[in-house]
Amino acid sequence: MTAPAKFVGRSVPRLEDRPLLLGQGRFAADISFPGQWCMRVLRSSVAHGKIKSIDATAALKLPGVHAVWTAQDVAHIPPIPFRLTGLKTLEPYRQPVLAKDIVRYVGEPVAVVFAQDQYAAEDAADLVEVGIEPLRATMLATEQPGVYEHGLTTEPGVVRKGYGDIEAAFRKAHAIVSLELSIGRHSGVPMETRGAVARYVEARDILEMHGASKVPHWNRDTLAQMFGRKRESVQLFEGHVGGGFGIRGELYPEDILVCAAALKFRKAIKWIEDRREHLIAANHSRQQTHKIRAAIDSDGRILAIDDEFFHDNGAYMRTHAATVPDLTAAMLPGPYVVPAYRAIGHIRLTNKTPCGTYRAPGRYESTFVRERLLDAIAAKISVDKVEIRRRNLIGKSAMPYTLGLETLGTHIVYDSGDYSRLLDKALAAADWKNLHQQLRARRANGEKVGAGVAMFVEKIGLGPFDTVRIEIIPDGTIEVITGVASIGQGVETVIAQICADALGVDYANIRVIHGQTDRIDKGMGAFASRVTVMCGEATRLAATQLRGKALRHASELMQLGVDKLDIVNGEIVRAGGLGPSMPLGELAGTLSAVLSAEDTFESAHMVYPYGVHIAVVCVDADTGAVKIERYAIAYDIGKAVNPKLVEGQIAGGLAQGVGGALLEEFLYDENGEPLSVTFADYLMPTAREIPAVSILVTEDAPSPLNPLGLKGAGEGGANPVGAAIASAIDDALGIPGAVTQLPISPQRLKAICRRI
Amino acid sequence: MSDKTAITLTINGHDHAIAVEPRRTLVDAIREDCGQTGTHIGCEHGICGACTVIVDGEPVRSCLMFAVQAAGKKIRTVEGLAKDDKLHPMQQAFMDHHGLQCGFCTPGFLMLAVGVLEREPDIGDDDLLDVLSSNLCRCTGYQNIIKAVRAAAKEMRGK
Repeated sequence: MTAPAKFVGRSVPRLEDRPLLLGQGRFAADISFPGQWCMRVLRSSVAHGKIKSIDATAALKLPGVHAVWTAQDVAHIPPIPFRLTGLKTLEPYRQPVLAKDIVRYVGEPVAVVFAQDQYAAEDAADLVEVGIEPLRATMLATEQPGVYEHGLTTEPGVVRKGYGDIEAAFRKAHAIVSLELSIGRHSGVPMETRGAVARYVEARDILEMHGASKVPHWNRDTLAQMFGRKRESVQLFEGHVGGGFGIRGELYPEDILVCAAALKFRKAIKWIEDRREHLIAANHSRQQTHKIRAAIDSDGRILAIDDEFFHDNGAYMRTHAATVPDLTAAMLPGPYVVPAYRAIGHIRLTNKTPCGTYRAPGRYESTFVRERLLDAIAAKISVDKVEIRRRNLIGKSAMPYTLGLETLGTHIVYDSGDYSRLLDKALAAADWKNLHQQLRARRANGEKVGAGVAMFVEKIGLGPFDTVRIEIIPDGTIEVITGVASIGQGVETVIAQICADALGVDYANIRVIHGQTDRIDKGMGAFASRVTVMCGEATRLAATQLRGKALRHASELMQLGVDKLDIVNGEIVRAGGLGPSMPLGELAGTLSAVLSAEDTFESAHMVYPYGVHIAVVCVDADTGAVKIERYAIAYDIGKAVNPKLVEGQIAGGLAQGVGGALLEEFLYDENGEPLSVTFADYLMPTAREIPAVSILVTEDAPSPLNPLGLKGAGEGGANPVGAAIASAIDDALGIPGAVTQLPISPQRLKAICRRI
Repeated sequence: MSDKTAITLTINGHDHAIAVEPRRTLVDAIREDCGQTGTHIGCEHGICGACTVIVDGEPVRSCLMFAVQAAGKKIRTVEGLAKDDKLHPMQQAFMDHHGLQCGFCTPGFLMLAVGVLEREPDIGDDDLLDVLSSNLCRCTGYQNIIKAVRAAAKEMRGK
């Protein structure tokens, strides 16, 4: 028997908030150890070149400077391994910890300085003289592949996905629609820059790294492997994390360097990145150019989609390897019936910052491309852009829908969904009919206003497993120990809510431990919006088991059958009424063993939430500015554990999506010099640019893959924003297909307006 | 560059006698020399506002001010907002309105909003939006921050 939900489904306040509001957070830079040394990374100022000399003589003479390392000091450390989608052919392109002989992007670590404090380390780094002979920089992923080195080309691999008879579909097509579309280079850019503090604890022979995030267990295992140590002798500790968004918490050269130096010098080594470093050295993402065409019948129904794209991965293959282009190809079909499909994704290397994932990786890109294609099909056969979507949507009766593609080691099977119903709800929420009349009237008055719509399917909750252990502490606290991580999204609250209902306690008495490799042996971390789905269900399983265990123990003590007992608000009580009661903590105190339970949730499939975004914009043709007048989102999450946090995730995703659609872009000059190196050049939205958004979270299609029906919330706010805004700008200008490139910067928009 | 000057920083009413190089930023001194790590560093070029503190009643970017410039002035940081166990109305409003996710930018937003509302309790909604657009947040999409600050403004005016 399980008590009815008291916490799941309610917008209870976050357990995380109090220390953060009091200024008592423990972010990476807040961790210090006595006698620590500070590390400063000396980075290449040349995009592509041969290292001729590195002279640290003057630097080493500065007071407070302890050591300078170059590639030869870390020659024993292998390149950083792949975490996901690691094709064998990509391995020669992995990044070395420090550049040896060749530099491949501005920002590449060339040397590191260790000094008594940050100021001394930076002074010393300025004095290290690096001689680099420049080579030609490759800046375009769309040009013919060139030489990387030793018979390797700048095309490390090609992603190929598809099904059905493409050629036949194009032969019998009523019409063919072709587009060339590009997405700019963006990144997550969390407000906390990266940082890591490593120390070697001689007394216990343990290497510790503090400031871990996202995937602490994977990183622990990998660090142990790279240093040839037992995994138990490497421990990672996650403190507070100032935003993740995909890019934070992957293993980077700097993480390896602080650990190697802690082992070598037997000192705590602290590295905190500055913002310029972050913008040129942490993972970039998204830069792609697509050449896509669709074969359609006379009603605009899709017969086939054929896409060839060029993925600019920067200078190396980092931990994500082929993940982003793979997801791009796998998720491009989205919510529509596509009878035949082919995607060819060229992974190309350039002399820019290497890439990884960024919130809705591969989907921000492919949704932009697919939804532009839908708008173009609508224009081609002169039907409304909502109607063209309706005609092509996968029906509810087709669920579960096997797409016929694989990604991240799983078959893509849309688990549940009623796409047209959500479209109806979104249109109603935006008052679409009246909205169109109003916009038409305003356009007739000379205003450039328009509305856009975009639909998408998200993928959430990559397995293969998550394990949770729950302990009842004699003081009455319930401790949930997990191998997931918190990047600010509200893990502690949501997991506590699920545990509270399954166990019968108040969620505020639950302490959720995450990101500590010394507290639980295995864990998958926080990525792919997986925590609520995977860890949530593991928590429910473990809490249910623990409830049974507690009731059995109590039954002996209280001389009552288990079926006569219940757990209510942390107390064991007689079911349904009066009589003796016993707090769970007190029960735990009477036992010789810890009162605990552990369980694992395994899942071979992801779950697939979906959504609709509607944007209304006003374009100023003189300045190229776009004002978002209204924005409406409908998103089916299966089951919302904490609706307020779900809406928070969606609203935050929208802001990042708007940044990518209108403002943010990492630009380079033709020699590979990065031009977006401060917040004055890489423009992130402020409170002025982000509109009030109406968010409709529905629970029409719970996932059949877990009992609570959970899907996830992390990425649906960002996924289709570029697509929806592009569609709205087309409408405002009265030119279908006007927007072909993100971000739609003022310069680009003015250029479009000049062509009118 | 290692000549140090002895100064006293007064943070949340407590004096910290420290010795700093003239080039040391106020935020580094607050965090490293005075051990108050609630004030965060987000960009070190005065744009993101994560390091906002209140100096003699004015919200300032502590990454753009030298520690020696703040000697003898009254500095207020996030650690000084709550009274004993009771959150400041601004902190409470951020919690009530889900105005924070990762919490890294939060101390800067709290000090910015408190500093402005103490000087200008009746600030209009549009001016307040202008003020809030001077700090960056990457998690929330700002709407809940705006709601929280408006709610706290009402609460602060009521006192």
